[in-house]
Amino acid sequence: MSMPSTTDEIPNGSGAAAILGAGIGCGAIGILAFWGDASAGMNKALNIYNPSGALSGVTTFGIIIWLIAWFVLDRMWRGKTVEMMKVNVTSFALLAVGFLLTFPPFMDLLQGK
Amino acid sequence: MEITTHDFWTVVHGMGFGALFMLAFSGAIAELYHLSTGGASYQQSERDRMMLNLYLIAMVVLAWLTVFSGIYVVYPWYRAVPPAGTTDLSLFPRRLLLSSGKTSEWHNVGMEWKEHVAWLAPIAMTMVAYITMKYGRTIMRPRGMRTAVLGFVVAAFVATGVAGAFGAFLNKYAPVRGGSTIVLMEGE
Repeated sequence: MSMPSTTDEIPNGSGAAAILGAGIGCGAIGILAFWGDASAGMNKALNIYNPSGALSGVTTFGIIIWLIAWFVLDRMWRGKTVEMMKVNVTSFALLAVGFLLTFPPFMDLLQGK
Repeated sequence: MEITTHDFWTVVHGMGFGALFMLAFSGAIAELYHLSTGGASYQQSERDRMMLNLYLIAMVVLAWLTVFSGIYVVYPWYRAVPPAGTTDLSLFPRRLLLSSGKTSEWHNVGMEWKEHVAWLAPIAMTMVAYITMKYGRTIMRPRGMRTAVLGFVVAAFVATGVAGAFGAFLNKYAPVRGGSTIVLMEGE
């Protein structure tokens, strides 16, 4: 006789991979935005579609990093149970990086402008 | 009654996709909160679950349509460079804002933040939709997962609010104009 299923018995690895992947994606957007703002060379490198400027590279590479991170983490954690507290702390920290490094006054502060 | 093609696409981007996405947050937050904290008494039928999944998928589609229409349709018009000697900057919103110290920060802070932070919303909502569809009502059990789901929904809401608010202000001070004219109605 099967017992009622609870999530404690369901591996949370795929969910954790999606959460951390999203955190990495948000953090990547922030880091790339800051890098493009701070470095003329990086700004030029991120300009992959001229009408939209460096924003095209920031977002394209941010999405690529997010999807790759999600895919790799899912391959690693699928079917496993991982420590959600560590995943959440890291993910929310990366989300905060995404917010802060896209906020121009904070970018300027870090660059000493 | 006329509208230019640039105006039309700006409305589609901001009101058609962005505002609709923003409006959907209240329902998503309420339903996900209910789903994740409803306790043992909370019953969700298969139909309710399917409707929530469709609702979240629609939000994800709207979120991606908003940011992609923004960056590849409207933004190039916003940052268009005027030919040398141009004195009327009304068709060049970025240059118009930067031409005066009274408006330059609408670009330097408002647009610069909006154009980047908006991208956090579709990433976050894609994750939220995936987890909700995969785990359903069972996300209420591991506290960590529901904390992350609700936290990222709120973060997506804040990012969308920042982008939407600055978008509205920017369109007031330096609207995206130009393109061919579409006649909607003729007056008497």
